[in-house]
Amino acid sequence: MQSSEFALSKIYKRGHLSYYLMSDNRFDDCSENQNPILISVFSFLRWKNYWIRGVLSIAMITSFFFMISMGPVALIFVVMTIQIKCFQEIITIGYRVYRSYELPWFRTLSWYFLICVNYFFYGETLADYFGALVQKEEPLQFLARYHRFISFALYLAGFCMFVLSLVKKHYRLQFYMFGWTHVTLLIVVTQSHLVIQNLFEGMIWFIVPISIVISNDIFAYLCGFFFGRTPLIKLSPKKTWEGFIGGFFFTVIFGFILAYLLSQFQYFVCPVEFNSETNGFSVECEPSDIFVMQQYTLPSLFLFSFQKSVNLYPYQIHSIFISSFASLIGPFGGFFASGFKRAFKIKDFASTIPGHGGIMDRFDCQYLMATFIHVYIGSFIRGPNPTKVLQQLMTLQPEQQLAIFHTLHSNLRERGLIAPTE
Amino acid sequence: AIFIHPKDDSENQNPILISVFSFLRWKNYWIRGVLSIAMITSFFFMISMGPVALIFVVMTIQIKCFQEIITIGYRVYRSYELPWFRTLSWYFLICVNYFFYGETLADYFGALVQKEEPLQFLARYHRFISFALYLAGFCMFVLSLVKKHYRLQFYMFGWTHVTLLIVVTQSHLVIQNLFEGMIWFIVPISIVISNDIFAYLCGFFFGRTPLIKLSPKKTWEGFIGGFFFTVIFGFILAYLLSQFQYFVCPVEFNSETNGFSVECEPSDIFVMQQYTLPSVVQSTLKWKSVNLYPYQIHSIFISSFASLIGPFGGFFASGFKRAFKIKDFASTIPGHGGIMDRFDCQYLMATFIHVYIGSFIRGPNPTKVLQQLMTLQPEQQLAIFHTLHSNLRERGLIAPTE
Repeated sequence: MQSSEFALSKIYKRGHLSYYLMSDNRFDDCSENQNPILISVFSFLRWKNYWIRGVLSIAMITSFFFMISMGPVALIFVVMTIQIKCFQEIITIGYRVYRSYELPWFRTLSWYFLICVNYFFYGETLADYFGALVQKEEPLQFLARYHRFISFALYLAGFCMFVLSLVKKHYRLQFYMFGWTHVTLLIVVTQSHLVIQNLFEGMIWFIVPISIVISNDIFAYLCGFFFGRTPLIKLSPKKTWEGFIGGFFFTVIFGFILAYLLSQFQYFVCPVEFNSETNGFSVECEPSDIFVMQQYTLPSLFLFSFQKSVNLYPYQIHSIFISSFASLIGPFGGFFASGFKRAFKIKDFASTIPGHGGIMDRFDCQYLMATFIHVYIGSFIRGPNPTKVLQQLMTLQPEQQLAIFHTLHSNLRERGLIAPTE
Repeated sequence: AIFIHPKDDSENQNPILISVFSFLRWKNYWIRGVLSIAMITSFFFMISMGPVALIFVVMTIQIKCFQEIITIGYRVYRSYELPWFRTLSWYFLICVNYFFYGETLADYFGALVQKEEPLQFLARYHRFISFALYLAGFCMFVLSLVKKHYRLQFYMFGWTHVTLLIVVTQSHLVIQNLFEGMIWFIVPISIVISNDIFAYLCGFFFGRTPLIKLSPKKTWEGFIGGFFFTVIFGFILAYLLSQFQYFVCPVEFNSETNGFSVECEPSDIFVMQQYTLPSVVQSTLKWKSVNLYPYQIHSIFISSFASLIGPFGGFFASGFKRAFKIKDFASTIPGHGGIMDRFDCQYLMATFIHVYIGSFIRGPNPTKVLQQLMTLQPEQQLAIFHTLHSNLRERGLIAPTE
């Protein structure tokens, strides 16, 4: 092999994703490689491709910052738009795989199910957070009281329409598409709602995980590009162990610094609450303990003789766990998507973003993250919400409230929290 | 029956064959009838054994249904040689069951859980543990992908998850309904069974107009007759069962006896009330009012759902069987097919009853609110105490001196 061809093929092995994968086998033909004009044209196109990827990466990150500055409402709309686009991409793949364009009703039914499931989830979330607003309006109160029943009835209507739309020759295709739609809903819609619930805990729970996943992507790519040698997994031949471990290392550092930067601002740290006076969202609060700087004594292993202890936000310790998850387990989401694309013989989910493929290509690692953060918050961070308990108390019958009052009274008196005379 | 038989004249003219077929056809009806009665009898027996036995029965049925559907998937995709896949499917079943049982048990066995230290740990971090277990299975799936079988493996992965979604969530809704009161378990299932039987009998005796192409055996006469008789049956069954605390009371775990107890003050819907009939009915029937349990009115809605919407679950299963060219889900029950064949109409019902109870019957549970109160920080408890105190005093429910 000529040296130029060897150099070119070695570069292709190193973490390189572009439309050049398709033209790889052209370079096995030595006669083409000897043509200097072709080499320079391909070099130019390859650098153009990197340039496009780089510009668009920076464009996406910039728009991410811009959307954060616009506040929670804008972010909810962005999440919803991304969800709809991902859903559309996956359903379109299903259509292509099953050549299902002529199935009656099916596009309508898929979108109808998407609307139903979104209605259900948004209703559940909004009823909690917009409690005050809902109490005021009469029709909203009705919708909130019977929300689950209305959602179920809407879903049933879609289910019955599906059964009635079964056509003799297309049974199997229709059931496949029904299953495909439901699995897509399960993945895309539930995860996007978990993202929104994480957002309501505090915008830091939205920004930090997403940034960490993006940084892991970028650092793993760069480390693989510069140092990549040992392949990681047969599913994704472009990934290397060097990229994996380098990405883990740099991502933990990045997450640590980012957590430090963001923990100082109430805008990011406070739960998003709906303010019924101003009819808007407010992010003002007393920051919870994990966002208050604390002093940690270093274990004696650390031979830092100049520092006995460090001042850290506890959230930075949490960020180490979040980064570890993103670097070690998150890539499995990417492998899953790679396997999915190979299984159905597609190059990218779609061609929405030049150089990057579709929206799903960018978000495939984010999905496991959204669920992980939600479970993490529920298990390790958030205790029960006193406002919510009080709300539930107020909806009980008077006799039940009295009973609870007396039980609570005696319990608090026993524990000495209330003076016996009170 | 096995006798969807050709209308071949030459065979039909043979009197020996005719009598043999008639005998076999009656034998087939006989088998179906005997097994129907056997299943109904075992249903009554299981009810008498109490809630714990019923939970075990539901779990057994769930596992059997899951196995039947997964086996069909294997056959359809000829997937016996896929590495790990049986193991992974059963592993996901165990994970999802662990998650759901943990959520339910943590609520109902609150007292028991507080006592045991390891159980407390499992309960506190339950969601995280379940998620970690699921992730382990997910990573195993990704690592098990084999080059030539990608598409098959993804199909089976999707098939397993859809099956879990249908079978496991519904069976847990059945158990949650059971905990509301065994009547919420018995009446819906009995109504679906009765709709099956009455629609079949009405179709058998009066059936003429086909209902839907998917199930050519179903007729409009069966459909409407089934609806009519099912409403009556549900009405009577609701009347019979509403009188007993054993059926009507929520199932609670008694920490002293370490068992389940069903004793309570029956809620309003199980107390006989007097309804004034509208004047139209008064003039025809010469009755001023009737004494009914409100639950009987609810049973009319439950029966209507079972008769009008429930069959769509059956049509879905019929379409599924035609799509994958199978006659029955399995051959577990002679004359009836597999367990899924008997339970396909029940699935929509379980979700409907759960949503129905949540929307129309059950208010917030005071015990649960108290539990949540006890897990708060002391400062938060004090704050809520004072708010509640002033609220109750304002409304005059507490004397100002208290």
